[in-house]
Amino acid sequence: MSLRPDLEIISGWIRRGARVLDLGCGDGTLLRHLHETRAVTGYGIEIDPDNVEACIRAGVNVIQTDLDAGLSDFDDESFDYVVMTQTLQAVRHPARLIDEMLRVGREGIVTFPNFGHWRCRVQLGLQGRMPVVRTLPYQWYDTPNIHLCTIRDFEALCERRGIEVLQRAVVDHAHRSSLAMRLLPNLLAEIALYRIRRA
Amino acid sequence: MPEKIPADSVGLVEPKKLHFDEPLPLDCGRTLDEYDLVYETYGELNAARTNAVLVCHALSGDHHAAGYHSMADRKPGWWENCIGPGKPIDTRRFHVVCCNNLGGCKGSTGPNTINPKTGRHYGPDFPIVTVRDWVRSQARLADRLGIERWAAVVGGSLGGMQAMQWAIDFPERLAHAVVIAAAPRLSAQNIAFNEVARQAILSDPDFHEGRYYDHGVVPRRGLMLARMLGHITYLSDDAMRAKFGRELREGKLNFNFDVEFQVESYLRYQGRAFVERFDANTYLLMTKALDYFDPAADYGGSLAEAFRRARARFLVVSFTSDWRFSPARSREIVKALLDADRDVTYAEIEAHQGHDAFLMPIPRYVAAFGAYMQRVAREVGAP
Repeated sequence: MSLRPDLEIISGWIRRGARVLDLGCGDGTLLRHLHETRAVTGYGIEIDPDNVEACIRAGVNVIQTDLDAGLSDFDDESFDYVVMTQTLQAVRHPARLIDEMLRVGREGIVTFPNFGHWRCRVQLGLQGRMPVVRTLPYQWYDTPNIHLCTIRDFEALCERRGIEVLQRAVVDHAHRSSLAMRLLPNLLAEIALYRIRRA
Repeated sequence: MPEKIPADSVGLVEPKKLHFDEPLPLDCGRTLDEYDLVYETYGELNAARTNAVLVCHALSGDHHAAGYHSMADRKPGWWENCIGPGKPIDTRRFHVVCCNNLGGCKGSTGPNTINPKTGRHYGPDFPIVTVRDWVRSQARLADRLGIERWAAVVGGSLGGMQAMQWAIDFPERLAHAVVIAAAPRLSAQNIAFNEVARQAILSDPDFHEGRYYDHGVVPRRGLMLARMLGHITYLSDDAMRAKFGRELREGKLNFNFDVEFQVESYLRYQGRAFVERFDANTYLLMTKALDYFDPAADYGGSLAEAFRRARARFLVVSFTSDWRFSPARSREIVKALLDADRDVTYAEIEAHQGHDAFLMPIPRYVAAFGAYMQRVAREVGAP
């Protein structure tokens, strides 16, 4: 089974047999992969009915609910990891949701498109247009992405909120990494992946 | 009347009856010394006996869940939309069992059957039965049918409550529980509606303290009112607006108390039709079973504690416009299952039909329910 490379990186960060909550779990690919390869148990949260059906078909436990309604149904530290891939930028209260992730889970794993990538900067800075790039393919008026941030922004938020970064990976749209990208992540990385916890 | 049975129907079916001699202890402290259960089955039981699905009925339902009793039937069974070849509970894969619950009025022992001790109708002497009692009696039915373990126990509304109770009381005897449009227990508002329905029946002069069989009458007005009230709670404001609006039967106001608005006509029709097919004492019993249902009560008030016993995996489904058992009530069930670390999938279906949505062929609902049942079928080797 071939897995989206960012999901491959994430599954490498997750302990065998862990209990995982996947926020915005899509069609359940990650949870199914984690279950099959790492005996992970857990639940996905998803709002889109097509994705919910796909999860059911895949045998993934999925809870149909709106992330913007919060995680109040989940007790403190009831999961080893709370994962959120490519969803942070689309929620109404990202900071609040990250707090919630780290309340419900002992660790959080977050991935998001880096708005500091040079292509974004060129389109906004030189062309004076809202960026439309491979990881953010929408026009400003029809985008679900309402809280874009850069790698620096995210790390500043972590610092301000007392969140410790345990691990970071930076990749391009094809989820490849390079030395240059690791040296200048905010300029060259298209996607950032973080493993975090309350400091 | 079906001109011809549709290809996706189980077709012509026949109810069966089993007599039980072993006394059944009831929650109320009394015992039912002997009783009958009427049931129907659809689809073949496989050789390994692993593909049986128990369907539990709701307040006004019975054992006739799918198919037709004769070509003269106006309507098929109550869950025709979900049971049949190619439907969510696919009878090509599953052996479906549905029984009329004790206290019912369609052939299983209940108020309208004869008490062998007295030779008269049970009437008001029939004990108040609970969801737990039903589940106990259904387990005995399973024993007699040679079904050790259900692939799934499935139900909507009060039927969903039975599915939950099964998972708690007989954890080893079901692989999956499908709980649709249910609640972990009734709210004060739910009980209030039930109480008004009961008062309508109890205060009908033809009720005769439940002995109306002896008087050759039925508490028609009371039962009709109870049903009309119930029906309002099964529909949503939107569904009623879409169906009736403020449309007038004669196109003008008549300044009297006859039927003027279409919705009045509809409710009266529903009420009258119900009186023809249902028993008032059974209605009283069913509403009590609803009011009393509270599986958490046996576990220190914690539903999660109750579910810790369960071994089944759960599918919980709710409908956005259901205000009788709203999505918030289903989420309480889901939360308790999460706290108990049970496998659960929850689908919240966008639907304007209100509580009744669980009976309807809403595409998103059918797809999610069907996908889940396919997974159940694969697990029990009935692909």
